[in-house]
Amino acid sequence: MSVAIRDISRAVLQRERAMGLLFALLGLAIIALFGPSAEPGQQATFVLNFGQAGKTTPIPNLVLPVRGTIYFLGLLTLFLAGFQLVRAFKATSLILGLIIFLSILAFLVWVTRGKSFNLTAMLGHMLLRGAPIALGALSGIWCERSAVINIAIEGMMLSGAFASVVVGSITGNLYLGMLAALLTGGILAALLAVLSIRFQVDQIVSGTVINIFAAGATSFLTARVLVENQALNASGTFRPIAIPLLSRIPVLGPIFFETNIIIYSMLFLVVVTHIILFYTRWGLRSRAVGEHPLAADTLGINVFRTRYMNVIIGGMIAGLGGTYFTLGSAGRFDELMTAGKGFIGLAAMIFGKWTPFGGFASSLIFGFADSLQVKLGILGVNIPYTAEPLPSEILLMAPYLATMIVLAGVVGRAIPPAADGQPYEKQ
Amino acid sequence: MAVEREKERPEGAEKPTPRWRRFLQPLLVPFLAILTAFVISGLFIILSDMEVLSAYANLFQDPGQALQATWKSVSTAYGALFKGSIGNPSDLYRGLSALAETGDTTLLRKAAYPLSESLTNSVPYIFAGLAVALGFRCGLFNIGVEGQILIGGLASVWVGYNISGLPWFIHLPLALVVGALAGALWSAIAGYLKARTGAHEVINTIMMNYLAFRLSDLLLTDPRLMGRPTGTPMTPQILPTAYLPRLLGSPLRFHAGFFMALGAAALVYWFLWKTTLGFEIRTVGANPDAARYAGMSVAKNFVLAMGLSGALAGLAGANEVLGVTHFLGGGFSPGYGFDSIALALLGKSHPVGVVLAALLFGTLRAGASTMQIKGIPIDIIQILQAMIIMFIAAPALVRLIYRLKVEREVTEVVFTRGWGG
Repeated sequence: MSVAIRDISRAVLQRERAMGLLFALLGLAIIALFGPSAEPGQQATFVLNFGQAGKTTPIPNLVLPVRGTIYFLGLLTLFLAGFQLVRAFKATSLILGLIIFLSILAFLVWVTRGKSFNLTAMLGHMLLRGAPIALGALSGIWCERSAVINIAIEGMMLSGAFASVVVGSITGNLYLGMLAALLTGGILAALLAVLSIRFQVDQIVSGTVINIFAAGATSFLTARVLVENQALNASGTFRPIAIPLLSRIPVLGPIFFETNIIIYSMLFLVVVTHIILFYTRWGLRSRAVGEHPLAADTLGINVFRTRYMNVIIGGMIAGLGGTYFTLGSAGRFDELMTAGKGFIGLAAMIFGKWTPFGGFASSLIFGFADSLQVKLGILGVNIPYTAEPLPSEILLMAPYLATMIVLAGVVGRAIPPAADGQPYEKQ
Repeated sequence: MAVEREKERPEGAEKPTPRWRRFLQPLLVPFLAILTAFVISGLFIILSDMEVLSAYANLFQDPGQALQATWKSVSTAYGALFKGSIGNPSDLYRGLSALAETGDTTLLRKAAYPLSESLTNSVPYIFAGLAVALGFRCGLFNIGVEGQILIGGLASVWVGYNISGLPWFIHLPLALVVGALAGALWSAIAGYLKARTGAHEVINTIMMNYLAFRLSDLLLTDPRLMGRPTGTPMTPQILPTAYLPRLLGSPLRFHAGFFMALGAAALVYWFLWKTTLGFEIRTVGANPDAARYAGMSVAKNFVLAMGLSGALAGLAGANEVLGVTHFLGGGFSPGYGFDSIALALLGKSHPVGVVLAALLFGTLRAGASTMQIKGIPIDIIQILQAMIIMFIAAPALVRLIYRLKVEREVTEVVFTRGWGG
């Protein structure tokens, strides 16, 4: 026993040291990369007012001296690294998050040197970009809390996106398009549920079936039907709805209270899912089914019905996520337009430890990485100390790398529902 | 054991199954799965055909025309599939008779083009299918084969055009080995992350696919890295010393990689079932807890299996580059990696099954290119594949459709296990 304990404590110590070194490295990188490469006296201007002036109460811009800010951020990081090496923080992951945040901040200040950057616009963009990811995460939470792994979120989103455009174009009613997306997601989820629950197919395999099918079917129908009949592929998009008064709050107003119905639904669903999951009988039953189906069954909970219901609800949410790409932004369907957002949603769910608010917060992080990459593409970033532009591909890689780092750093302590992925057989 | 088996079969209940049935039994469900998949894909072809739909609009006035239109739509599509993959039977016959009479192979070669294409297409499928199957045997779901193919192809094309002055018997193997190594290292990252941190390989390999795509964009578009000076996103041509020889003469693309792929299948079989390392991998796949209890290192086997899987995927890319395209450009792999998941499932993760399934998929892809000329988008084969995996993975579904009796349960491979590892 004592040997085991010594092993564990040594492993923990190693991890703490490694983290400390990583922090120190990041701190040095901030100072070395961004400090001297900014000219002395340069300033970074962060605009806080949203595009159209006069809609919200105007507030002054945030102007920061570049070098000073970067040295401050770098030294702060080094201080945290030193503390980690000597005393070790209890919440290492939290500090890791903080330090990554500081590094990004330093990078932003450096990129903005001598220019101005609309922070509010980017944060709004972050929420938009994070929305499909958050809906994907919510879909995953609904399914996995009752122990059905849903890696078909991507396929459900893609099909939902396709259905919403076609129905929206035919009927000319975007709400009917949205309904069609919900139904499509629900039907695919029902297929997933039947395969996983009734036929006990490996859940990752049945999810893959749906992903391949959705990619194939939507691309096939697009190439064969939509290309020739462009009228079927022009649904238009939802307009933003401004909520009176709330939308006039500086910074927060334009971000949260002047967007379209898809974003509102997403925010609503985050809260509702949390309430249902943790404060209602249905949620308690779902969690019981996800943790210990046999015990739940013994107490008279219908395991199969609970799973079917939750998976179908999850599928409908994924279908709604698909409408973000069409009715929410593009107004038309393009082949494979979801581009892996469903999978990133799954990563957000894991990062958020299978909770709605956790999943939402992680989606915002991914949304931030995504919108940052877009904005940086516009601003134009050079490699420090050279005039060479940073290739856009490297920026495009960032969200995927971030997902991997997050998974590697966190999943060890993120514990899925105990029965996740296991079919249940009535005894 | 013998006594127990006697007990299971009470007297006079059932006769032992005859040998031919025992041989055909395992083939029945895959056959029906493929058949059903074709029927459902046929529905997609019909329902997306405007002419057929308009014929059905007046079904009651003219039912004959509706049926005729349906038949025409499906037969054109599947006819093109057949002609593009096997060839036109009468052309083949004419080619053979020309060969018999005059000894001239030109006609036959022309007629055999589709067949050669099918075999050529099955080469990356065999490698990629083996890659997925090997992962499955260790309980790992490697969705990253697509990216690993790309990485392997990039590495071996680099060796192919950058290193000159080598004789072919050094240059060609070097290019192949580097391709395999690159694929192995790339995918071993996912294995390592799974072993060390428990991060699920499904998500990590998907993320690494995107990384591989962006990395290849970066390398191909920059002339200083691997792009062409003209700025077109493709690498330079490889040197002829790195070519995999084409075995049937120039217009036919059938190349030596096909036999390499068969050799790889045999090697994978030998490795998994005749070596200690292979036994460990299969044990970890079947039951990691038991493997750990028996003193095997689960982490080591994850990394090893993932690395070997990536090496096979890398070879798929290397073979495409060295045998078929001779350079690497955008859209290099038309989804071999994703298709290979279906393929490994269809082949029950067994090398022989994988080879057979790869031949089927190679044939489908060759035929799909011809179908595309007839206006059937190539994506139809994805629908086909999804249906095939679904029915193979849920044999009960096939039995339900065709009202088959439930056979004695065959021990199934456990493919994946949740997020925990």
